[in-house]
Amino acid sequence: MMKIRQVEIAVGAFMAAGLIALFFLAMQVSNLSAFTTGEGYEVSARFDNIGGLKVRSPVAMAGVRLGRVVEIRYDQSSYEALVILRIESQYDQIPDDTFAKIYTSGLLGEQYIGLDPGGSEEMLADGGEITMTQSALVLEEIVGQFLFSKAEEKGLE
Amino acid sequence: MLDALARFGRHGMAALERFGRAHLLFLQIVSGITSLLPRPGLLVTQTYSVGVRTLVIVTVSGLFVGMVLALQGYYVLSQFAAEDSLGVMVAASLVRELGPVVTALLFAGRAGSALTAEIGLMKATEQLSGLEMMAVDPVRRILTPRFVAGLISMPVLAALFSAIGALGGYFVGVGLLGVDDGAFWSQMQAKIDWNEDVINGVIKSLVFGLVCTWIALFQGYDSVPTSEGVSRATTRTVVHSALAVLVLDFVLTAMMFGE
Repeated sequence: MMKIRQVEIAVGAFMAAGLIALFFLAMQVSNLSAFTTGEGYEVSARFDNIGGLKVRSPVAMAGVRLGRVVEIRYDQSSYEALVILRIESQYDQIPDDTFAKIYTSGLLGEQYIGLDPGGSEEMLADGGEITMTQSALVLEEIVGQFLFSKAEEKGLE
Repeated sequence: MLDALARFGRHGMAALERFGRAHLLFLQIVSGITSLLPRPGLLVTQTYSVGVRTLVIVTVSGLFVGMVLALQGYYVLSQFAAEDSLGVMVAASLVRELGPVVTALLFAGRAGSALTAEIGLMKATEQLSGLEMMAVDPVRRILTPRFVAGLISMPVLAALFSAIGALGGYFVGVGLLGVDDGAFWSQMQAKIDWNEDVINGVIKSLVFGLVCTWIALFQGYDSVPTSEGVSRATTRTVVHSALAVLVLDFVLTAMMFGE
């Protein structure tokens, strides 16, 4: 049997290794390092079609992530999707005529909201709404339009 | 015909009785936890034999499981030109599933069987009755520290397994197969969620630790005090633990990740 002190040291090292492993999982493997503690302001945007957008999808401007989608609702009165975005509070210089589009990262990647800044002097604040939006591209619709226009060309000839 | 039916009934009742005894023992063990507070030395010694001595097999397995995941994942992902997602695939499968499950299976084989054999032999050599003669409660003195040690060790071991597995995947993916270094980690960080993935994995490993240690202790405590009885109890520990872990894994996964 080993001396009790050596046992204690080994157990201490074991527990420390476990904590280091958890820390590694938190910082290197998962997104805890990029976690913001709910600070920021919320703005809403309406889309005709959100495609594959999900809660927690990124909101980016110029490719830099400024926030995330926190809620997606369906508005029965206007038949539109109401998307609530939470923007981190350090990014408070977004004009209120900013254009919000739903993009896809890569060919099969996840969808995100890209913001294109407008020229207004007024900045978006908590509870504001982005009025200019562009829906997600739905592949079937594009293919459908393509086939339709091809058929039309054929018909004209 | 009736004899067969009677045998069947006897087996059923015996199984039910064992199940009941296991739960009573569990209550006894848990109610003894407070008596552990003035004697932390017991817990340290047991954490050493249950946790620290399982460390080597868990870290080595973790490394190789991560490396194999990277190799196999690369094969499929490269067909879709999605090698950059290799990090996500390796980390997600490790943190969510393989970390807790494989660690629990190794834990049952390495630590659980040792616990059962130890306690079974204590019973066979009448050390447990000896303790009782000296008015020492064997459940509190022998079983509770081992139970708490198992409960502490499993999450630690599973976290180490996942972390080292991710590193193993990194070595193979980035070092051997030439996946981009930055994409490997950044995709992983973007897709693996702390609450959703890592914490759920830790919860799983806690549950598995509880169940494996409980089964091991009960089988030892309930074993027939002969050399054959102890050997059968040890086998049962490994078999029951493995089954319990795999079934519980399905239940927990359905509860956590099923929508």
